[in-house]
Amino acid sequence: MGRRVCMESVRGAPTIGGMAIDIDIAYVARLARIDLSDEELERIGRQLGGILEHAALVQQLPTEGVEPTSHPLPMVNAFRPDRVVPPLERDTALTQAPQAEDGYFRVPPTLEAE
Amino acid sequence: MSSPADLTLAEASAGLRGGKLSARELLEATFDRASLTEAELHAYLTIDHENARAAAAAADEAQANGLWVGPLHGIPVAIKDNMVTAALQTTAGSQILAGYVPPYDATAVTALKSAGAIIVGKTNLDEFAMGSSTENSGYGPSANPWDTTRVPGGSSGGSAAAVAAGSAMIALGSDTGGSIRQPASLCGVVGMKPTYGLVSRYGLIAFASSLDQIGPISRTVEDAAATLEVIAGHDPLDATSYRGEYPRYRSLLGEGVSGLRVGVVAELSGAGIHPEVLSAFRSAVDSLAEGGAIVSEVSLPSMEYALSAYYLIAPAECSANLARFDGVRYGLRVDGATVEEMTARTRAAGFGPEVTRRILLGTYALSAGYYDAFYGQAQKVRTLVIQDFTRAYEGVDVLVSPTSPITAFELGSRTEDPLSMYLVDVCTIPSNLAGTPGISVPVGIDGAGLPIGFQIMAPALGEEVLFRVAAEVERASAWNNRRPPMVEADHGV
Amino acid sequence: MEYEAVIGIETHVELATASKMFCGCPAQFGADPNTNVCPVCLGLPGALPVPNEQAIEWIVAIGLALDCEIAHRSQFHRKNYFYADQPKNYQISQFDVPVCSGGRLDIEVAGVVSRVRINRVHMEEDTGKMIHVGGGGRIKDADHSLLDFNRSGVPLVEIVTEPDLSSPQQARAFAQELQTIVLALGVSDAKLEEGSMRFDGNVSIRPKGTQEMGTKVEVKNMNSFRSLERALAYEIERQTAALEAGEQVLQETRHWDEGAGVTGGMRSKEESSDYRYFPEPDLVPIEINDTRREAIRNALPELPAARRLRWAALGIDPASIAVLVAGGSDLAGVFDGAVAAGADPKTVANWLTGEVTAFLRRELVDLGATPLTGGYLFELERLYAAGDLSSTAAKQVLVGVLAGEGSPAEVAEERDLIQISDTGALATEIDRVLAEHPAAYQRLKEGDPKVVGFLVGQVMKVTAGKADPKVVSTMLRQKAED
Ligand SMILES: [Mg+2]
Ligand SMILES: [Zn+2]
Repeated sequence: MGRRVCMESVRGAPTIGGMAIDIDIAYVARLARIDLSDEELERIGRQLGGILEHAALVQQLPTEGVEPTSHPLPMVNAFRPDRVVPPLERDTALTQAPQAEDGYFRVPPTLEAE
Repeated sequence: MSSPADLTLAEASAGLRGGKLSARELLEATFDRASLTEAELHAYLTIDHENARAAAAAADEAQANGLWVGPLHGIPVAIKDNMVTAALQTTAGSQILAGYVPPYDATAVTALKSAGAIIVGKTNLDEFAMGSSTENSGYGPSANPWDTTRVPGGSSGGSAAAVAAGSAMIALGSDTGGSIRQPASLCGVVGMKPTYGLVSRYGLIAFASSLDQIGPISRTVEDAAATLEVIAGHDPLDATSYRGEYPRYRSLLGEGVSGLRVGVVAELSGAGIHPEVLSAFRSAVDSLAEGGAIVSEVSLPSMEYALSAYYLIAPAECSANLARFDGVRYGLRVDGATVEEMTARTRAAGFGPEVTRRILLGTYALSAGYYDAFYGQAQKVRTLVIQDFTRAYEGVDVLVSPTSPITAFELGSRTEDPLSMYLVDVCTIPSNLAGTPGISVPVGIDGAGLPIGFQIMAPALGEEVLFRVAAEVERASAWNNRRPPMVEADHGV
Repeated sequence: MEYEAVIGIETHVELATASKMFCGCPAQFGADPNTNVCPVCLGLPGALPVPNEQAIEWIVAIGLALDCEIAHRSQFHRKNYFYADQPKNYQISQFDVPVCSGGRLDIEVAGVVSRVRINRVHMEEDTGKMIHVGGGGRIKDADHSLLDFNRSGVPLVEIVTEPDLSSPQQARAFAQELQTIVLALGVSDAKLEEGSMRFDGNVSIRPKGTQEMGTKVEVKNMNSFRSLERALAYEIERQTAALEAGEQVLQETRHWDEGAGVTGGMRSKEESSDYRYFPEPDLVPIEINDTRREAIRNALPELPAARRLRWAALGIDPASIAVLVAGGSDLAGVFDGAVAAGADPKTVANWLTGEVTAFLRRELVDLGATPLTGGYLFELERLYAAGDLSSTAAKQVLVGVLAGEGSPAEVAEERDLIQISDTGALATEIDRVLAEHPAAYQRLKEGDPKVVGFLVGQVMKVTAGKADPKVVSTMLRQKAED
């Protein structure tokens, strides 16, 4: 019989491939665009460390030659025909906008150029 | 005298068809039950009295004109608030969507309406379906009807509590890692997660797209199967929607389990499972054997890694799915000098702690340098989980385990330790990773009077055999359609 | 030290599908803001994408036209970055398994042919449009921004070359050749000014003869072939000057400022490179089997390279061929239709590169939107060849046909442009003129050749310009000999 999942025994994988898990939590928060205080960052960083220790268990399973799965069922080629469907009324599109102007969504100026 | 709110779908339909019951009476009984229980349960975020009454009146009028709209004609149904409803506030349990009114109905909601269902309202959930207790709702937790100091489970806690309390006859939930089955188990009702792709996800506010699936919560197995017949079907608006045949899911109910091969998942029915849960589980397994099933123990060695893989895959997908909540087109906006600052502030203010944690976890797992070690590896573990299931189903027709390792826990008892909360989903997560169906059926109560659920799992598209076994478990259990104490007086037992 | 430039080009082509890439909204350009939007392309909660099959077929066609491998199985990925014009804050794009990879395109500059390798061609979706208000429309001084999501979700094909180009002239030739291919395929309007075809250049320089790559700068915002060439030339000069001054070239994205004629650095995005690509879970893989790929290959229209060869064999001069090829499949269809019917190729080519091209430019319409067909062009050429229309009149008729006045014969009739080449009718007029001008008649009879021109002019006058001057002249000479 295989090893059992035990709520007490799942801990104990504090590293990734022998390296301690380190998280630049401020960088991650910037990527995710969430404005967190230093205090919040510190707390969440600690919690994530704990979760990642557990998640790092995935590295213990040998997976050489195993294909990754991104879709649970094997399906291909789900397409739609190139046919126009009536769009939303503009008022409907804009009605939930925090700010709208002249048929546009309005936002503060941008810092970054794409 | 018992309330129509406690009827099963089959009973209510018979009453409505025969003219012994009107849709309006049934709806008012449902509203009455909500008035009786909502102050304590907080199962609903929105109750749509006006439109529901209009719909019930229309159902009665149609009936008077000899028109039977469909299999859910006049049936009061609740919708988890992460499925969009046209012109009816939809929040996904998040402050970031406070007051949000969608312009369209989710495909599953359209299907319910076309079948004649009356939409009672929108039920509470863990914010964006992330949680196992409904305590992560941005609008306050729901409570368990069996003990209002305890959680109803989650994330479809509001739906399960409403069905258990009779403030909805049937409810829709969504299940990403157990979010239908686990609260159904904790609330003593039936909860079913279909095969991935069977029910359209169009209009379901995505948590983790490759895992999410809508399913029914009901008081009987037959009601769950009947509801699935309504909401399952190919949807051209969902590219992951199943394109094959959709059978009648009630076809094998009542056939019994004689000769069926039932596998007990070793890894999910031993250590880590509360003894009282285990004992109820064992008796239910015994009853299946008595019914003629061939019971064996089956080992799925990768199960113990499933939870870890899930807690990388689901947050990774959620980190992208929730990026659209940026304060630009809808929902909350917190001002800032630039659009970047506005978005960062909006997201900080609008997302609760668990959602924030998971977004950051997923962002990290996908970020440069960590992808292979975390997300990539988790996807490979997912393959191994699927292979384990495939191998197991070569030898058995269904797999069984407890639904939840524990019964309903005290409100607030696990909120400080996210990991301990995650472990509650250990038995349900594997089916989500594999995309296969699962159902939870109540089989008993523990010493504290809290329901215990029994999980049945089947191969992809194995819904008919799943319901067949579930019906037998339901029939053989000592459960007997029990009601929570808080509604027993009204129920008239 | 002498430096050489290493240039790669990334091209974005908006496909001319009727609907968007992942939803049924109209994909057309120029509608009022936010009128071609729906839950999917606005990124509303719960909405899901479903790919447009036509777009998939067209990207395969583009890949085949560029000699690419077509992947048997490819997949969409999510490219994650926040930008307010991107509704989901991720772009559905492709990552490690694009639809097409490893192709080539030959270009010619000053008679020298060189081969540009294509790294990949992948499918993605366009973003919305952001308008900066206040501060003269400049991003950094803007008071606020306005967002229009009509373009959000329009199918976009990205074509990435290897760094095989070494001069701005080559880059321009590549861009133009790619445009003619896209137009020949009929999969895009490929209009640079409307942004339906956009080029970004990756430029680095290195000491001539060395192999190591220099620091790469991405140059954006060129909306004409001319500005592409200018921007790259400027950037090469700028980098050369920097290296010569002992400075370093920064890896960055720079915007071309057409007015000032310079590239300028943009505020660099801090985490711009960490896109966290992962397989798009809302979409299943694309499988293109051999049968389907070959069916698309067999349906490919003739490509510019083949057209050039064929038209050169008809005796068309290279300059006209260039204009005809640039006109895309519509123009080629009209030309080939007329020639196939039996029209003289050179005459028809002259009209198409002259009057027709001028008309389309002046009226801002596409050839497809006019009634001109190969059949009409043939009919017109026949009228001209038969002498029923003068060269000038034929051009006037052509404009009338383009403007929708009817068939060439109808327009000629309606505008009263048919030449009188009927000798019977002309003989009467000539006799009348000779009777009115006895002195001139006398000189004609004496064999004075200078008087013929005068008399032809008089006949043209009395026939209100409709006489065929050549016929009149011949008849007068015959009269002299009588
Ligand atoms: Mg791109
Ligand atoms: Zn759209």
